[in-house]
Amino acid sequence: MSKRKPYVRSMDGWWKKNPYFVEYMIHESTALFVAAYCLVLLVGVIRLGQGEAAWNGWLAAMQSPLSVLCHLVLLAGAVYHTYSWFKILPITMPPVIVGGKKMAPEALTGTALAVAAAAGLALLALVWRIAL
Amino acid sequence: MSKYRTRSNAPIFWGLFGAGGMLSALFVPMMIFITGIAVPLGFLLPAGTMSYPKMLAFAQNFIGKGFIFAIISLSLWFCVHRVYHSLHEFGIHAGMGAKLLCYGIAMLVTVVCAVGLLGLGF
Amino acid sequence: MSENHKIIEIEVLRYNPESDEEPHLEVYKVPFTDDMSVLQGAQYIKDNFDGSLTFRWSCRMAICGSCGMMINGIPKLSCETFLRDYYPNRIRIEALAHFPIEKDLVVDLSGFIEKLEAIQPYIIPKEPKTLAEGEYLQTPKEFNAYIQFTSCINCTLCYAACPQFGLNPDFIGPAAMALLHRYNMDSRDGASASRMELVASEEGVYNCSAVGYCSEVCPKHVDPASAVNINKANAAKDYFLRFLSPKGGSK
Repeated sequence: MSKRKPYVRSMDGWWKKNPYFVEYMIHESTALFVAAYCLVLLVGVIRLGQGEAAWNGWLAAMQSPLSVLCHLVLLAGAVYHTYSWFKILPITMPPVIVGGKKMAPEALTGTALAVAAAAGLALLALVWRIAL
Repeated sequence: MSKYRTRSNAPIFWGLFGAGGMLSALFVPMMIFITGIAVPLGFLLPAGTMSYPKMLAFAQNFIGKGFIFAIISLSLWFCVHRVYHSLHEFGIHAGMGAKLLCYGIAMLVTVVCAVGLLGLGF
Repeated sequence: MSENHKIIEIEVLRYNPESDEEPHLEVYKVPFTDDMSVLQGAQYIKDNFDGSLTFRWSCRMAICGSCGMMINGIPKLSCETFLRDYYPNRIRIEALAHFPIEKDLVVDLSGFIEKLEAIQPYIIPKEPKTLAEGEYLQTPKEFNAYIQFTSCINCTLCYAACPQFGLNPDFIGPAAMALLHRYNMDSRDGASASRMELVASEEGVYNCSAVGYCSEVCPKHVDPASAVNINKANAAKDYFLRFLSPKGGSK
């Protein structure tokens, strides 16, 4: 008779056991910050459809100190999302070949973050143009 | 290991997740800064940047409408996909119910957002 | 050994299937010299304290892939990890995470072996040639497309690093996907479509949530995370375009 009795270890709390996994869980959670902001925006869209008074009410609510504070927190979460999204880009996208060589992970992440910064600034410039 | 394998329908959700993650990584930080910080505090941007006529015009413009829709809807698909996977990662194997709830929320937001934006006219 | 032995405490996760219900830790005080690896520490314990201590090893030079273990919670090859780097702290060694423990530091790899078989890890030519027709030629560029993924030594550190494999042992996992990708990327091979059934299945690449730790711990820089994620895009393409292409994927 076989004396085998393989022991399967529990996965409970695996994400606390390694700093790498803790960081993974933190960057995964940034999606909640992004979604929370999008729900605020969705309320804005609905208020916009309800007329000028409703829209101005939404704008006023956005001016409350609590709202601004919340948005600062959401901003921090969203910025970390951007950083972590592009940090793992070297493994999530096919290799980029430049001059016959595979682009270094740091260079790829750096380029993507520069593109993200440019996209953000372009959006700001566009909003500015509309505002004037 | 020759066994019958079921094709995963994950590409649909993974595709929406990836699109939402990418789009939000590019634009959401600046959007939070504009709508949540700069405009409410009257900082950097001109007064009246988000006034009713301006925002209505933006949301009635075909491109503006599409942009708002894509950001809100895809970001939600991105988020619920991660939440659904995190449930599994935390050892909560809620099965089909959790899947329907997560992706159902994203679907609901997509529909509400689409109806809201279309209601603003062109 | 030199005259001045330092002593390091090595804590070992022991499990004897014949007598134990679950694994337990035991501490050994091991004299060591600066040139001693963690593997040699384990060998010292086996030779001097407890001959029943069970672990796998062969080459002692990071090429056979047998001696992987969790060293202070991190999957490493014990032959290229040195006791001096942990001294004076205690060092804890355990069987590779996420695999069933067979005995002490030995894990049950049969699931992994089945996965290796399942990926068809051999070249299946596009068009079979006779000997008279000559060899299959390949340019350096074509060679470079897959060479990185040939470096895998099947040490399974990447599986011990992959929480998704721990949560779902059916997941095809990093090393098997890296090897699958190695054959798919080979210009002489024509069997990508037949490997797609596995890639796109419930056991396939979408179990991966891009943690990326597999590539981090890989001692041969194979970057299995990249192989897995490139194939998510491939499987998505296959999913949406399978009705357009005459060959298609599966089902």
